[in-house]
Amino acid sequence: MYAFDFERPKTLADAVKAMTDEDAVALSGGQTLIPSLKQRLAMPSKLVSLTGIDEIKGICVDDDGRVCIGAATIHADVAAQEYYPALAALASNVGDPAVRNRGTIGGSLANNDPSACYPAAALGSGAVIRTDKREIAADDYFTGMFETALEEGEIITEIKFPVPETAAYMKFEQPASRFALVGVFVAKYADGVRVAVTGASNEGVFRWSEAEAALGSDFSAGALDGLKLDGSNMISDVHGSGDYRAHIAKVMTKRAVEKAG
Amino acid sequence: MPQVSMTVNGKPATGEIEGRTLLVEFLRESLHLTGTHVGCDTSQCGACVVHVDGRDVKACTIFAAECEGAEVTTIEGMAADDGTLNKVQQAFQDHHGLQCGFCTPGMVMTAAALLEKNPNPSEEEIRSYLQGNICRCTGYHNIVKAIMAAAGQDTSKIAAE
Amino acid sequence: MPKDGGIGDATKRREDVRFLSGTGNYTDDINVAGQAYVHFLRSDVAHGKITGLDTAAAEGMPGVLRIFTGKDFEGVGGIPCGWQVTDKHGEPMQEPAHPVLAQGKVRHVGDPIAAVVAETREQARDAAEAIEVDIEDLPAVMDMKAALEDGAPKVHDDLSSNLCFDWGFVEDNKAATDAAFESAAHVTTLELVNQRLVANPMEPRVAVGAYNRAGDDYTLYTTSQNPHVIRLLMGAFVLGIPEHKLTVIAPDVGGGFGSKIYHYAEEAFVTFAAKAMNRPVKWTSSRSEAFISDAQGRDHVTKIELALDAENNFTALRTETYANMGAYLSTFAPCVPTYLHGTLMAGNYKTPNIYVNVKAVFTNTVPVDAYRGAGRPEATYQIERVIDKAARELKVDPIALRRQNFITEFPYATPVAVEYDTGDYVATMDKLEEIADVKGFAARRAESEKNGKLRGFGVNCYIEACGIAPSALVGALGARAGLYDAATVRVNATGSISVMVGAHSHGQGHETAFPQVVAEMLGIDPGMIDIVHGDTSKIPFGMGTYGSRSLAVCGSAMVRATEKIINKAKKIAAHLMEASEADIEFKDGQFSVAGTDKSVAWGDVTLAAYVPHNYPLEEIEPGLEETAFYDPANFTYPSGAYACEVEVDPETGKVTVERFAAADDFGNIINPMIVDGQVHGGIGQGIGQALLEQCVYDESGQLLTGSYMDYAMPRADDVPFYAVDHSCQTPCTHNPLGVKGCGEAGAIGSPPSVVNAVIDALQSGGHTVTHIDMPVSPSRVWQAMQG
Repeated sequence: MYAFDFERPKTLADAVKAMTDEDAVALSGGQTLIPSLKQRLAMPSKLVSLTGIDEIKGICVDDDGRVCIGAATIHADVAAQEYYPALAALASNVGDPAVRNRGTIGGSLANNDPSACYPAAALGSGAVIRTDKREIAADDYFTGMFETALEEGEIITEIKFPVPETAAYMKFEQPASRFALVGVFVAKYADGVRVAVTGASNEGVFRWSEAEAALGSDFSAGALDGLKLDGSNMISDVHGSGDYRAHIAKVMTKRAVEKAG
Repeated sequence: MPQVSMTVNGKPATGEIEGRTLLVEFLRESLHLTGTHVGCDTSQCGACVVHVDGRDVKACTIFAAECEGAEVTTIEGMAADDGTLNKVQQAFQDHHGLQCGFCTPGMVMTAAALLEKNPNPSEEEIRSYLQGNICRCTGYHNIVKAIMAAAGQDTSKIAAE
Repeated sequence: MPKDGGIGDATKRREDVRFLSGTGNYTDDINVAGQAYVHFLRSDVAHGKITGLDTAAAEGMPGVLRIFTGKDFEGVGGIPCGWQVTDKHGEPMQEPAHPVLAQGKVRHVGDPIAAVVAETREQARDAAEAIEVDIEDLPAVMDMKAALEDGAPKVHDDLSSNLCFDWGFVEDNKAATDAAFESAAHVTTLELVNQRLVANPMEPRVAVGAYNRAGDDYTLYTTSQNPHVIRLLMGAFVLGIPEHKLTVIAPDVGGGFGSKIYHYAEEAFVTFAAKAMNRPVKWTSSRSEAFISDAQGRDHVTKIELALDAENNFTALRTETYANMGAYLSTFAPCVPTYLHGTLMAGNYKTPNIYVNVKAVFTNTVPVDAYRGAGRPEATYQIERVIDKAARELKVDPIALRRQNFITEFPYATPVAVEYDTGDYVATMDKLEEIADVKGFAARRAESEKNGKLRGFGVNCYIEACGIAPSALVGALGARAGLYDAATVRVNATGSISVMVGAHSHGQGHETAFPQVVAEMLGIDPGMIDIVHGDTSKIPFGMGTYGSRSLAVCGSAMVRATEKIINKAKKIAAHLMEASEADIEFKDGQFSVAGTDKSVAWGDVTLAAYVPHNYPLEEIEPGLEETAFYDPANFTYPSGAYACEVEVDPETGKVTVERFAAADDFGNIINPMIVDGQVHGGIGQGIGQALLEQCVYDESGQLLTGSYMDYAMPRADDVPFYAVDHSCQTPCTHNPLGVKGCGEAGAIGSPPSVVNAVIDALQSGGHTVTHIDMPVSPSRVWQAMQG
C-alpha cells in the first residue's frame, strides 16, 4: 500500500469535512478497498473511516413502511433483520462470514462492483440512496461498471427499501471469487414487478424490462419462456461467455420467481 | 507516528502504527503474535481470521487503527493458560483436522465463531461457514468432521468410518 | 511391541499442538536482527528485450540500501536444471540459461528484472516503482504447437527452436505398436488437455539470507521441501559456496505439493545479497507474486489412441503429448512428462504394446514442474479417460472392461520399462464397488432425476510409481542427483532418541509417524523419540520430501540405522550380562540371554554406551549413534480404484460431487489416520482440477487467473465427505517396511472418475457428448449440452 493519512471521525459532519481533502477516500468495511490498496491500484492521500459513525448504522422502518438501513451497517446485520426477508437472504450470502462482519451495504453500493449482490437488491427494489447531500433513486444511481451518481466526496448515509409483496434473489456464483457470475433480484410490488440483474453485463447492474413486463401480467416462471437476453453485451471471461451469462440470467430469474412464489 | 491501543488476548497492547498498518501486521510484527498467518492478498484464504469484539474478521482486511479500543482474540488466546487446548483445538487434533498447519489458526477461529452462534450446526452449515477459509491439505473432510465433533455430534457414521 | 504408538496405530499428531496454538515456526515468522527487505521488480510483459534500465531515481528513494540488476549477476551461475533428458535421436535436450535476474530479455510475466533492498518492505516496493525500465515487446510464444512451427518467434535466441526435446518411449516399441493398431478390431481416440494448475500451498514462499563475515558462512531460511537439495544446487551451481559454509533451514513449511522442491532465484538472491551488503535480507512472497513466480503444474496437450481386439482386449496404446516447460527449465521439469509419465502408461493393464511420444516446448509462461502427482496424474487421466470412452463406444461396462484387462500376475514387467513388484487390482476394485455402493446407484439416479438433475457414476483405476529410484537407474535416465535418503539415529545416555532424517515434513506428519516405526523396533515409548528435520547443519544428508518417497526411502534408511543401533546395543548388552552376543534377544525394550532369566533394560545399555565404565572398549566404540543411507532397488507401486458420483444441473451445467470413494493399496500402513488424511487431501485437489482450477494466459501472455478471485480453489462446500479404504495391502517387496507411499494417490486417482461421471450423467440425459476438458465448469458443461 502507498502511505496515507487515516482519520476516523465520530460524526457524519466531521466525515464530510474530512472528505473535502484532495484525494481523500471514504473507507467503509474495506473488504474491496483494502485488497485494491494492497495491489496499489489506488493512491489516496487520506482514508476517512466511516465505521466509527453511529448515526449511519442501524436498521429501522420509516413511516412509509420502507426499511431504512444505515450505510455503515454490516452485511451480517442486514442478514439478521426480519423486515425484508429477501434482502436478508441476499446479505447472508455476500462474501463469506468474516467479510459479512466487516463489509457494509453502503460500501458495496458506493463501489458498484458489476458482480456485487447489493446493487441488484437496490435496483430491484427501487430503493432510494440517501447521501449527505441528497436522495438518489436507484434507477438514477447505477451509471455503469464501478460507476455511480455519487459526486466527489459524497457519502452514502442510508438506503431506503420499499418492501415488496414478495421477492427473491438467486445468485449463481463465480467459482473462484464467489461473487455473482449472475445474480437476479425479482421483487413484486402492487404497481408492478422489478427484475434486476447483476454480474452479467458490461454496463453493471441493469433492469430486465421485458421480464418485468411479462411477470407484471403473469408472475410465474413460465411467463419468461419466450424471452431471451442478448449475450453480446454481457461479460465474457474464463468463467463463462456472454451467451452463457445471458442464459444463466434467465434461469436465475425463473428460479427467483419460483422462490418468491 | 500514531499510536493504537487495544486488548489482545486479554492483555493491553499499545504500539505505533502507520495509517496503512493492517491488524495482521500489528499482531505479527509489533506484538510478535505470529500464529495469525497471511495466505493471500485478496481477502479470501482466511488464514488470518481473528475475533474483534466477538466477531470473526480477516485481520488482513482491517486496519490496526480501526481496532482502537477493541477486544481482539487470536489463536494464541484460545488455549487455557496452562496450554490445555480448547474444545475446537482439541477436536482438530483428535480428528486430524490439520496437516501443514498454515490455514489452521484461521480455521480454528472461524470454527469457534460458528459454534458460538450456532452450537449445533449441520454439515451443510459448517461447509457453508467455511467459504472464506481455504485449506489445501485436508480436502476439508477432517476439518468438517472436527467441527462436528467439537459441537458434540457423533461423527462415527461419516463416510469411510 | 508397544500397545500404543507403534506401527499401525492411529496415533494423534504431536506436531498439531504447536500448530493449533499458534506457536508454529514458519519462515515468515523468522526475523534476523538487522534484516533488510527485498522487493523484486518483475516483468509485466511476457516477452521482451530490455532496452533500458535506469535505477538512479530509485536509488535516491527513502530507505533504499541497494538495487541489484542482471549486471550484478553476470559472474554468478544460473539456476540449474536437475535432470537432463535425452531425445529420441540420442541427443541431449536443449537447456537454456536461467539467470537469477533477467539478462537483457524477459521471458514471462513475473520474470525478475531488478531487486530493491530497503529498510522496509513498503520502501523497497516504492523504489521498485521508480525504476525506469524500457522493454521492447516481442511476440509472446504461447501455443505449444505454433511454437514448434518454422519461423515461430523463439523464447531463447541462442537455442535452435522452442523444442526442448522430442522424446520417444520406448522408441523400440514404436514399430510393433503401430503394427498393432493396423490390425486392431477397434481403435478409440481421444484428444485432451491436462490443464495448467498452480500448486497453491497456503503458505507463500519466503526466503531469508544471512551472512556471517567472521566465519565466511551463510544461512538461508527458506520454505523448502528439501533443504539439502537447495544447499547442493545453490551452493555448487549458482553461488559457489561449499557445503560447510552454507546452512539451509526449512522450518515449519505450510504445504508444498511440489512447488517448494525447486531451487528458486529468490533464494539465491537473498543469500547473495546478504554477503554483498553484509546484512540479512528477507523476501516474503505475496499470493499475487506466487501466481507469477512459483513453478506451475501439468499443462499437457495429448492425443491418445487405444487399440482393442475383437474380444475387447487392449492390444496397443499410443500417445503424442505436448508438454509445456514454460520459459525456463525448473529443477525437475524435464523428468515430469518423461520418466514420471511415460513409465506409467501401462496403468493397471496388460497392454502389450505401448509407445509414448512427448515434445517438451518452451513458451513465454511461468516455468512448469512437478505438482502433486507430477506426470502420473497426466498418465492416469489419459488412460482412464480413453478406456471409459472405449467402453461407451463398445457398449460394455466400464468396470468390466477394466477388469478384463487387469494385470493379475506379479512381478509384471511393463512395455514401458518398469517392473511392478506387487499389486492386486481385482481386490481394490472389489473393495471400491463395495464402499461406493455401486448397487445403490440406480436408485440414487432415479431420485436425482425426480429432482430434475442428471446423475452420473464414474470410475477409474490408477497406478503410481513412488520413491523414484534406484540412483544408478535415475542417473542413467538423466538425473543429476542420487535419489537415496539418509537418517541418523542418535540414542542419548538415558535412552531417549533423536532421529535426524533427510525427509522434510510439511503436513505429512513425520514427527508422529516416524517415531512409531522406531518405537516398534525398539519396544520403547514413542514419546522418547523425536524427529529432527529441515536443517542441513543437524542432519546427515537427505533428498527431501516429494514423490511420496519419505517413508519408503527415508523411512527405510531410518530402519537400517535403527538395526545398526540394535546390533551395537546387543553387543553392549552381551558384555553387561557376560553372555555371547549370539544369545542376546531383544524384545519390548529388554535385552535378555536366551534360555536364562538374565536381562538388562534398554536404559541400562544406553547408559553404558555413554558411561563406559564396564564396556568392551577393545571391541566397540562408546556412544550409540548410527547413520544409514538407503538407496531403493526399485520404485514402489501403490495402486487403487476410485469412484465418483455427480449430479449435473441440466439448466446451468453446474456439477456437484455427491459421493466419492477411494480404495487404495499402499502396502503396509504405519499410521492409518495420517494415510486417510493424505488421501482426503489428494482427492480434494483432484476434484479441484476436475471441476474448478485452471491457470489461463491470454494470447499476449498475461495471466488471467492471477489471484483467488479468478483461480478457483476448492472450498469446503465444493466437496463431500470421502469414503476411503486401504485394507487391500500387498506390501512392497523390496523395502524393509513393505510400504509404498500415499501422498499423491488421491490427486492422481481422482480427476478421471469425476470427468467419467459427468460424461455418464450427460449421456444418461440423452446428450451425445463424449469429452469435456477440465475443469468441467458449468459453462463448459452447458456448452457441451448445446451440442
